[in-house]
Amino acid sequence: MDDRAAMEICVAEAEKRSGKNAVSMQETFTVYLIETRPMDAVAEGHNPAPDCLWRRYSEFELLRNYLIVTYPYIVVPPLPEKRAEFVWHKLSADNMDPDFVERRRVGLENFLLRVASHPVLCNDKILCYFLTEEHGWKEAVYETGFQAKADSRLRALSATFRVRNPDKCFMEMKHYSDELQSHTSQLLRARARVADRLYGVFKVHGNYGRVFSEWSAIEKEMGDGLQSAGHHMDAYAASIDDILEEEEHYADQLKEYLFYAEALRAVCRKHELTQFELEMASQDLISKKQQREELATGIVRTFSFKGMTNKLFGQEAPEQREARLKLLEDLIAEGEETVKEKTIERHVEKAWVDIQRFKEQKDKDLREALINYAVMQISMCKKGIQVWSNAKECFLKM
Amino acid sequence: MSGHTVPADFSEHMLDLDEDEDLEVFTKNTSLPDGSPLPNSPSSMVNQYRLEDDDEGKEDANTKDIFVTVDHPESQVTAIETFILYRVVTRTTRSDFDSSEYEVRRRYQDFVWLRSKLEEKHPTLIVHPLPEKFVMKGMVERFNDDFIETRRRALHRFLNKISEHPILSYSQHFQVFLTAQDLAPHRKQGPGFLSRMGETVRAVANSVRGLRSRPEEFAVMQEYVDDFSNKMCCMDKVSQRIIKEQREYVDDLKQYSPTYARWGELEEELTEPLKGVASCVVQCSKEAEEHIQHLSEVLVPALHEYVLCAETLKAVMRRRDNIQAEFEAKNEALLTRKAEQEAQLQEEVDVLADRMEQANNSLKGDWVRWQHSMKTDLRSAFISAAEKNVEYYEKCLAVWESFLVSQRAEAGGGQEDVA
Repeated sequence: MDDRAAMEICVAEAEKRSGKNAVSMQETFTVYLIETRPMDAVAEGHNPAPDCLWRRYSEFELLRNYLIVTYPYIVVPPLPEKRAEFVWHKLSADNMDPDFVERRRVGLENFLLRVASHPVLCNDKILCYFLTEEHGWKEAVYETGFQAKADSRLRALSATFRVRNPDKCFMEMKHYSDELQSHTSQLLRARARVADRLYGVFKVHGNYGRVFSEWSAIEKEMGDGLQSAGHHMDAYAASIDDILEEEEHYADQLKEYLFYAEALRAVCRKHELTQFELEMASQDLISKKQQREELATGIVRTFSFKGMTNKLFGQEAPEQREARLKLLEDLIAEGEETVKEKTIERHVEKAWVDIQRFKEQKDKDLREALINYAVMQISMCKKGIQVWSNAKECFLKM
Repeated sequence: MSGHTVPADFSEHMLDLDEDEDLEVFTKNTSLPDGSPLPNSPSSMVNQYRLEDDDEGKEDANTKDIFVTVDHPESQVTAIETFILYRVVTRTTRSDFDSSEYEVRRRYQDFVWLRSKLEEKHPTLIVHPLPEKFVMKGMVERFNDDFIETRRRALHRFLNKISEHPILSYSQHFQVFLTAQDLAPHRKQGPGFLSRMGETVRAVANSVRGLRSRPEEFAVMQEYVDDFSNKMCCMDKVSQRIIKEQREYVDDLKQYSPTYARWGELEEELTEPLKGVASCVVQCSKEAEEHIQHLSEVLVPALHEYVLCAETLKAVMRRRDNIQAEFEAKNEALLTRKAEQEAQLQEEVDVLADRMEQANNSLKGDWVRWQHSMKTDLRSAFISAAEKNVEYYEKCLAVWESFLVSQRAEAGGGQEDVA
């Protein structure tokens, strides 16, 4: 954990609640207990009681949407999935399933830890309120006006636009994020299928357990050996449940980066959009400056309707010309502000810094995840060796 | 009645010729008039087996004096049909064989002939089953390589089971089968079809009359046979199902590993571990395929063989029941006799009583031998399957451990010890 985080955070529990929703319908939902303690108190060896409050998933979503809009140049950590996907047959797709809720609890904690340890995000006030103010937090978020920004951003991003001078690095990064999404989702799908098959293999061995047990009843010499071998077969069949439960955590680690890829893509897209807006604003500024020049010098460089009517019907009065010049000057000043804003808004450096940070984090986390996967496989192999060695002993004694 | 067990020869009860006379050409020793060999080895062997039933059923390798192999399947094409000929090689030190080595070619039908002869002559001995004529699954062609190999192995086991049987291995038919270059002349003669008809007719007649009561030990045996048959069918099914599930698992693994490899191509720092995992999955899937191969070649055939054995046992029990029924029927006739029939009926009853006693004793003796053999065979198949499982997991373990070592070596440069 990053020691810049002011607080020690944990999502300790999950509970079912009932209440009326926005349209006054009765619904059941899960709330999660967030516990926080000041970091320095913990470091000094005190053990203060944690502050705690309950939040539901939709509140986490609200927080994240706020962060995305407010920090468009940051690859914002993703939430655990809204609905269970890449499900293999035995795994429940039900949001109320206790295993799903537990994995979600872990995912939400992970989200908070990532956000709280991010060099930029950790200082956000709204994040602080989320962790400390149970009531009044929602009002505070809406007060920031982020919703309007979110809506306009959504509209803008869904429109098609073409950038004249795309930033090569960002384009490559966007392409990478698409590929990352594609590969991780393929991997997760294939893994789920393999898990399903493996489940089948193990469970069928349970049938051996049953048959051995029944068979042992009719044998004299072989009876004991068959009976005990049968127990080992039952144990073997049962062992797959824990094995696959553990593997779900690995899948969750990969899913986090599947969703991270989306966040990365969003940063690139936002950059692209801002670039486009900058180009539009620059274009507009240039044309306004040209108009001013024409008005000032009387030399018409470009075709304009006003210019034509002037030629045909005579020049306009000097007062009118002054008024128009003044208007143009104001617009140009505005335009220059816009261009400045947009230039900054691209946040090229800040975005690039965060993308680098993300890249390093990703490489480290995923390497660890792959190592964990290998550790899980090794553990499964050791269990297999144990069970079958035991079974062999039983057969030898027959 | 007599308590002395002699290999039963009921050919005189069959409708047709006793073909054993033809076999005298091939035997060195003098035989008893009814064609069965001198009773020094078989009956004493049978007595041995009846008394010593705690030697773990192990065949004394030292006393084995006949070795048979079945190999070199070859396709034979004629105008009418195509079939496979198997080479049967025999090596023996037995004196009733002219030579110490024989090589003949036999087709499946020849094996069927041999087995039916053995069953005819010894209706209550447990004659090991042959592999099935057709595979019911419908997917396997008759001349598919796997099918031929599976059948060859089963035929090999069949002959070895016969050669290890204390009574059956001394059968004239067995000797002819192993030694005659051309089996055809022997196959044409003999009871065959008509005798089987006769037996079926009698069996139907007897089942109508029913058995008065089965002796306790055979009632127990019958119950065991029914249960055993059930269990073997289940075991066979479960094993085949496991193979099916494993095959699907391997297929999905083959789709899984490329997802890591492809991702690896996209990355820079992560390329190496991703490709590492891809390679591990590939290696493990190869091990899994080998595992499936072993199950198909060792465990499933062994279990399937005993499914067929269970059917054999049921047939043996039926034949024994029929023999008892025939005796009971004749006995009843004797009780309701007319004076002039009495003498003849009494003689017939005595013969049938003897026959029944011999049948029961044969079965009792062979039952013990069979149980030992079954235990040995299945135990060995299960041990082998368990060992192969351990081996599979050990190999996969090694694959993943070497991946871990490579990763930790990579990380070892700058990081703390990740023990």
